[in-house]
Amino acid sequence: MFRRLNKGPERLLTIFVDGAPTSARPGDSVAAAMLASGRIGCRTTAVSGAVRGPFCLMGVCFECLVTIEGVASLQACMIPVREGMRIETKCGNRTFGT
Amino acid sequence: MIIAAGELHDEYDVAVIGAGPAGLAASAFCARAGLKCVLFDDQTGPGGQIYRSITSSPLSRHCVLGKDYWRGETIVRDALASDAHYVAGASVWGLLSSNAVAVSVSGITRQIRAARIIIATGAMERPFPIQGWTLPGVMTCGAAQILLKSSALVPEGPTVLAGCGPLLWLLAWQYLNVGVRIDAILDTTAQRNWHRLFRHAVAFATSSYMTEGLRLMYQVRRAVRVVTGIVELGAEGGERVESVLWRTRRGRFERLPCNTLLLHQGVVPNVNLAMSARVEHRWSDTQLCWVPNVDDFGSTTAPAIAVAGDGAGIAGAGAAVACGQIAAIAAIRALTNKASHKDEERNARRMLHRYQRGRTFLDLLYQPAPHFRLPRGETIVCRCEDVTARQVIETTLLGCPGPNQIKAFLRCGMGPCQGRFCGLTITELMAETRGSSCAEVGYFHLRPPAKPIALSEFAGLRSDEAAMKAVVRE
Ligand code: FES
Repeated sequence: MFRRLNKGPERLLTIFVDGAPTSARPGDSVAAAMLASGRIGCRTTAVSGAVRGPFCLMGVCFECLVTIEGVASLQACMIPVREGMRIETKCGNRTFGT
Repeated sequence: MIIAAGELHDEYDVAVIGAGPAGLAASAFCARAGLKCVLFDDQTGPGGQIYRSITSSPLSRHCVLGKDYWRGETIVRDALASDAHYVAGASVWGLLSSNAVAVSVSGITRQIRAARIIIATGAMERPFPIQGWTLPGVMTCGAAQILLKSSALVPEGPTVLAGCGPLLWLLAWQYLNVGVRIDAILDTTAQRNWHRLFRHAVAFATSSYMTEGLRLMYQVRRAVRVVTGIVELGAEGGERVESVLWRTRRGRFERLPCNTLLLHQGVVPNVNLAMSARVEHRWSDTQLCWVPNVDDFGSTTAPAIAVAGDGAGIAGAGAAVACGQIAAIAAIRALTNKASHKDEERNARRMLHRYQRGRTFLDLLYQPAPHFRLPRGETIVCRCEDVTARQVIETTLLGCPGPNQIKAFLRCGMGPCQGRFCGLTITELMAETRGSSCAEVGYFHLRPPAKPIALSEFAGLRSDEAAMKAVVRE
C-alpha cells in the first residue's frame, strides 16, 4: 500500500481504472496513480494466471502492462495520466478477435 | 531545447540516447561545440533514474532526497538551455545500418540519421530472483524511490527492505526523512566479502563515498531494526505479498508480516540497445554483469557508436557526467578532424578519476552472494514466461549449450522484457550447472527492436533501405 506525502490543495485529476473513478495527481504515471489508489496488481500472467503488479517503475520489467484508451499492452509506468483516461487491467493472453 | 517529435530533423551530427547524467552532459557539450545534436529519452522528463523528476518533483524540500540528488539540477538546466534537441517519451528501439536511429514516440516510429551515436541508457536493477519475488507488493528499491521522487508516494503498512548496496541505505534514509516506518532491513551483504577488501580500503577511505555512506548507514541503523547475515530470503502470499521469511547464518528462521517488500542487490548496465547494435560485450568478474568493450573515449567495436555512463559499467552519476563529456569530445574530434578541447578533456578525466576512486571497494563489498544470484527449485527466473530455476537447470543438464538454445526450449527471455530481468540469472545458472564460465556461456543474441513495438508501427515505416534491413534477414 502507498500513501501520498503531500496532501496539499493541489488539483487532482480523475482517471477510470476498469471503470472505477480514481483520483490521480498531475505528473503521476498511470502505475503510480494505480498504486496510490491501492491497486497493486495490474495484470495476470499468460502462463499461470498469477496476478502481477509494477516491479521496476522505470520501463524495463513489463509487469505493468495495461490497456489505455483501447490500446493494449502499454507500460503503465511510462505513461503520464490525463484527465478522464480510461485504463483496463490486462488479463492473461490476448485472444484472437478482440 | 525541448522539441516535439514532429519537429525532428532528418539528419543530425550526434544522436544521444538517454537523458541521465551521461546523456545530458554529452548532448550539452556537443551542442556548445556547435554540433547539431539530438537527445532521445523514453521517460517523460529529463534526469534519468538518478535525477528522476528533478524538474517536476513534488518534494521540493531539499533535505528529503539529499543534496546529491539536487546536484542534477544544473546538469539538466545546462542541457535544456543548449541548442540540442531533446525529445521526451522517445523510445529508441534500433540503431540500424547507415547510422539510422529508429525511435518510437506515441506509437509512431521515425527514423533519423546521425553521424555519431552516443548510447547513455544507464543502469537497471540487478535481478533478485527469490521465492515469491513476482508477488504484487514486492518491488525494487529503485521503483520505490521513483515513486517517492516523482509522485511523493511512500509505503503504508508494514514495510521491509532487503538486499545490499548503497541505494538500499539511501532509500531507507530518505524514508526516515519523511517519517516512513520501516519494520526491518534484511542485509544480505555476504560476510566473506569483507575479507577481500583490505587492498581497496585506502582508496575507499579517501573517496567521497565513505563519509557520506557511513553517515547514512549510521542514521538508519539507529532508527531501524537491521538484521545482518541473511542467507535465505523469500516473499510469501497469495494474490499479494503478506510476509517475508528469512534465515540468517546462524540458522534461525524468522517471519515478519509485510505488505511492501523492497528488494535491491545493486544495479547493472542496461545493455539491450547496445547489444542489439552489435556492440561487443564482455563479462565483468567484479561487477558480475555484461559490459561493452569500450576504449578510453567510450568508443565501441561498432562504427560511430560510443557508450557513456553506467551503461558502460557501473560507476555512478559523477563519473557518468565525465564520461558523457569525454564521449562528446571524441565525437567532436571525429566530425571536425581537429584535436580540439584538450583542456576540457583533461578536466573531465580528472573528474572521472576522482569518482572512480573507491568504486572497486563498493563493487566487491556489495557483490551479491551466490545464493541470491543462483536460485533453485521453483523460484521463478524468467518473470515474463514463468520459467523456474529447476527448469533452467534440468534443461542445461540435458545438454542445452547456451542462453539462445534454452530460450527456444523454455521461452525464457522471449517475453516483453526481452531478457532484461532473467538474462544475467540464465547466464550464471547455466555456467554454474555446466561448470564453465559466464564468458563461455554467453548471452542472448539481441536484435532490434530493443523495445517491443506494435506490428502496425513496423508497417507504417518508410520502406527505404535502412528500414528494410530492420525487418529483412540479412
Ligand atoms: S513497472 Fe516495470 S516496466 Fe513498468
